[in-house]
Amino acid sequence: MNSARPRRLEVCGLSATYAADSRHAEVVALRDISLELFAGEFVSLVGPSGCGKTTLLKVLAGLVPASTGEVRLDGAQTALLGRVGYMPQNDQLMPWRTTLDNLTLGLELSGTRREAARARARRELELFGLAGFERHWPRALSGGMRQRAALLRTFLAGRDVLLLDEPFGALDALTREAMREWLLSVWEADRKTILLVTHDVEEALFLSDRVHVMSGRPGRITTTLEVPLARPRALALTGEPEFAALKEQLLAPLREEARQRLMVAAP
Amino acid sequence: MNVPSRTALLLGGRLEPRAIESFDPRRALRRLAPPLIFGVVLLGAWQAYVALSGDRESILPSPLEVARALVRDRGVLASSAGTTLGEILLGYGAAIVLGVTFAVAMSGSPLVKRAIYPWLVISQLIPIPAIAVIVVVWTGFDILPKVIVVALVSFFPIAVNTVDGLRATDPELLDLLRTLGAGRWERLRMAQAPSALPYLFSGLRVAAALAVIGVVFAEWVGSTSGLGNLILTYSNQTATPDVFATVAVLAVIGVALFSAVGLLERIALPWYRVAAEDEQRVR
Repeated sequence: MNSARPRRLEVCGLSATYAADSRHAEVVALRDISLELFAGEFVSLVGPSGCGKTTLLKVLAGLVPASTGEVRLDGAQTALLGRVGYMPQNDQLMPWRTTLDNLTLGLELSGTRREAARARARRELELFGLAGFERHWPRALSGGMRQRAALLRTFLAGRDVLLLDEPFGALDALTREAMREWLLSVWEADRKTILLVTHDVEEALFLSDRVHVMSGRPGRITTTLEVPLARPRALALTGEPEFAALKEQLLAPLREEARQRLMVAAP
Repeated sequence: MNVPSRTALLLGGRLEPRAIESFDPRRALRRLAPPLIFGVVLLGAWQAYVALSGDRESILPSPLEVARALVRDRGVLASSAGTTLGEILLGYGAAIVLGVTFAVAMSGSPLVKRAIYPWLVISQLIPIPAIAVIVVVWTGFDILPKVIVVALVSFFPIAVNTVDGLRATDPELLDLLRTLGAGRWERLRMAQAPSALPYLFSGLRVAAALAVIGVVFAEWVGSTSGLGNLILTYSNQTATPDVFATVAVLAVIGVALFSAVGLLERIALPWYRVAAEDEQRVR
């Protein structure tokens, strides 16, 4: 359905292993992962904790090498490090930099002059709900503000593909909900290509064009669902029967896996 | 095995970053009042004991005697303090440069660290007076051996704390910087150095205390001037009030150095102070 758009990111037959320690055999973190992101798409990966979601993002960010398989960025197999936007699970705002100077980090590293970088960041403060806080230390920000600041830092770095690792994982339920709707509005403004990792099925469904369900040990994609919900989407959507049905489709394989894991764990 | 914490015990200093508070005159007064009052009480008790016991001045001089000695000897005390302070500052400065350089080298290369670190710890187990003797034998009676001894004793807490600080940088933050295109130097400058600074300052505080001890030992082993030398001279003359006066000046130097580090930390790490205040508020 997206054939008119160019492929931004293609992942083909990707596996990743790592040595847990020197004496034991290698652990397979990811097995045969294939997925693709077209320009301007919002895609989510859902899975239980420890299923390798974060590892996958790190491979795609160029931080961790893959053992087999290939990753293409805009059709070419290139080094990924420094070309893909990455937002780690914790906001990683530097406590020794003011909020504004945290936001400009990516611009600064790509050689933008400080004043120009700050001016660019200032233009976005309003939209990201950070106006008036640019001189504060990150410590003084609320959890939601810190996440928005980390997201703005990622956006400002100017990459076309963004990898977001559980951006709202540490927030309370109400803040999370508000942040979802806000994230959609921000994304719809300039349509970056986003791959989001989460363990929250509702979040994935509400935000995405496509959802991949991952299963753990080794991490692999078990289910893929094209989300047929029209955009723009509002929070009320999550109460619709159609939404509930889709959610059920995604939850079924996850529940099955959780049950099996419990059986294995039980004596 | 955790070497840093053991050496922390060894040095009698805390190696973890310490919380600092913002300056508020009223709160400062409230905090300073109890120790000041207690100090005055102690001095009063001392004065009363000397008056009542009738001990000779050469055994235990009264605080008033010591104060008189301070005034009487002010000329030589001031010039000796100048000498000693110079030795301390030069040695301390050298220790900062060397300690930070070693720490950066060790954190940059695991091999360098494995090769050097154990020797650093072992070097700290050699008693300071023994080192002082050897250094004086090698370098004579000038200012140089004192500077070397001060540098040797202050070097260790600075180097170890900085290594710990550089290592304490969140690896996720370093990963984030790599995805933003930061090279090794930029990661050091933007993330590792700032996150190591609170640790460095803790090391500087321990080093300040050790520097004062080190300089006195070095002067005792061989010198012609300085406060340590003055203590020896006065004690040979059984001029006990003057010994006490000299010790008091040394104490003032130690406290001043320690406070200067604290002040510098306050200025250099405004964000860290905010963090400490937050934690206080939570408590």
